[in-house]
Amino acid sequence: MRMSTAKLLHRSAIYLILVAGSIAMIFPFAWLVRSSFMSTAQIFTFPPEWIPRPFEWQNYRDALTVVPFRRYFLNTMLLEVCVVSGVVLTSAMAGYSFARLRWPGRGVMFGLLLSTLMLPYAVTLIPTFMLWKSVGAINTYWPLIVPAWFGGGAFNIFLLRQFFSTIPKDLDEAAYMDGASPPTVLWKLILPLSKPAIIVILIFTFIGTWNDFLGPLIYLSDNDKYTLALGLASFRGMYNAQWGYLMAASSAIVAPIILLFFVAQRYFIGGITLTGIKG
Amino acid sequence: MRAQPRSGIVRMERKWGIAFALPAIIGFVVFVFGPMVASLVFSLTDWSIGSDFRFVGLDNYRQMTTGDPLFSKSLYVTLYYTIGSVPLCMLAAFLVAMLLNQKVKALPIFRTIYYLPVLVPSIANSMLWLWLFNPDFGLFNSALRSVGLPGSQWIYSETAAIPSLILMSSWGVGNAAVIFLAGLQGVPRHLYEAVEVDGGGALRKFWHVTLPSMTPTIFFNVIMGMIGTLQVFDQAYVMTNGGPNNATLFYIFYLYRKAFAETEMAYASAMAWVLFLLIMALTALVFRSSRFWVYYEGGNKP
Repeated sequence: MRMSTAKLLHRSAIYLILVAGSIAMIFPFAWLVRSSFMSTAQIFTFPPEWIPRPFEWQNYRDALTVVPFRRYFLNTMLLEVCVVSGVVLTSAMAGYSFARLRWPGRGVMFGLLLSTLMLPYAVTLIPTFMLWKSVGAINTYWPLIVPAWFGGGAFNIFLLRQFFSTIPKDLDEAAYMDGASPPTVLWKLILPLSKPAIIVILIFTFIGTWNDFLGPLIYLSDNDKYTLALGLASFRGMYNAQWGYLMAASSAIVAPIILLFFVAQRYFIGGITLTGIKG
Repeated sequence: MRAQPRSGIVRMERKWGIAFALPAIIGFVVFVFGPMVASLVFSLTDWSIGSDFRFVGLDNYRQMTTGDPLFSKSLYVTLYYTIGSVPLCMLAAFLVAMLLNQKVKALPIFRTIYYLPVLVPSIANSMLWLWLFNPDFGLFNSALRSVGLPGSQWIYSETAAIPSLILMSSWGVGNAAVIFLAGLQGVPRHLYEAVEVDGGGALRKFWHVTLPSMTPTIFFNVIMGMIGTLQVFDQAYVMTNGGPNNATLFYIFYLYRKAFAETEMAYASAMAWVLFLLIMALTALVFRSSRFWVYYEGGNKP
């Protein structure tokens, strides 16, 4: 197929802008990775060089051992397991209840839950902190885990409710006629049919917990309880101008998330679209 | 197994319905509604950690408007950031989505590239941009100096700090762009064909089909963007510590400082409520205006 000159020009312009934008998107990543492999001497040269000479793998080893990043990683993973399982389980239960089980007050309760979507976390932050303080749970993981087991956030409930609502109701009725109860229907019927939505919630909760900074900052005070995000922030205070170290530690925290993205890419795009369009 | 009578099903649904929603209901009461009421009550007292408190009515709120220049500073800084960042990101995201929607080859690759920055954890992101903005050896000043331009002090200058952070926020356009792209792909083809039949060109298509069809998505992105930018915290904590000279004293950062460094819990609670009211007012404003510019297919109702 031949294209007219105008059309060719038009197409080229599109690609030109897209590629220029892509370069702008990639540059900070390139800067991050290149700095993470550079010796301090090479980092502070002008004009800046792009290829590390020599490759300082040492940065990673040093950065990840001078502060106990291994410990932070294990802490974060422990938190992840507890938070993600709670969010998925209780938001699926609530979403199922709001979508498919009839009980008095259901509409009002759902409306109340939805109305909290725009509530800034600052409003509940201080009383919640005082609540945990009064039961002596400061500097433990409880304040970060327990809320996840109580509904897992209005947004997740809303999302699952919307998704569950699209499954034909006849399926439940037929199961009830066969003597099944709602837990069986949820477990055997609804959840298997809703895998994409569940995985979306799983992934986004995982990332949210991985990235959370303010929560750990407020509740955790002992260094050996820190999460990765908190550990990285405190690392900054200790190694102010050691950019090689700081970039190596940052890369180490970014990498797992990027990896997760490439493994579960289709769920990401589906998830963002789901939340964006249906939201 | 025996079949159940209908009334049994109704009873069963009620029992399990409440049981399944119970964790969420308890969570709502204990972690949302209760704290909401409590913070409203706190905000009417003079309480700070480790001391008794008494009711002072609206004194905290009065204090904000008359006796606390840092409060108005933090409000100004945050609104400045929001007004700069949201429109810039919306425009850029829309442009990217429009381009990606032109049947480009390698769409998944482009989409991935634009989306990747969104994935960077905000602390790592702050760390990286701190280094990019470094006046002596950062990428930006090095690039400017290489072509003979003067550098900037970026986040270390009182005037450039917020624009720098706005620039930084534009690195995250990918999220809105992916949502816009999905919206664009959902615009019904027959609408475009109708314009073609009438002899309309690309501009007409954009103005009469694309833009009206996209308004609900734009609406969503604007509100979410606004709510996000009004609550910026991590950048201020990691990158600037609110400086220089409070130029990046973001609202939540100031609130955090009041609550957890100066233990002025009552004042911080009042600040939280002001933010809540501000977000509601802005959302209502966008919402009210939406009837003039948001188009819903099949009747103009939200």
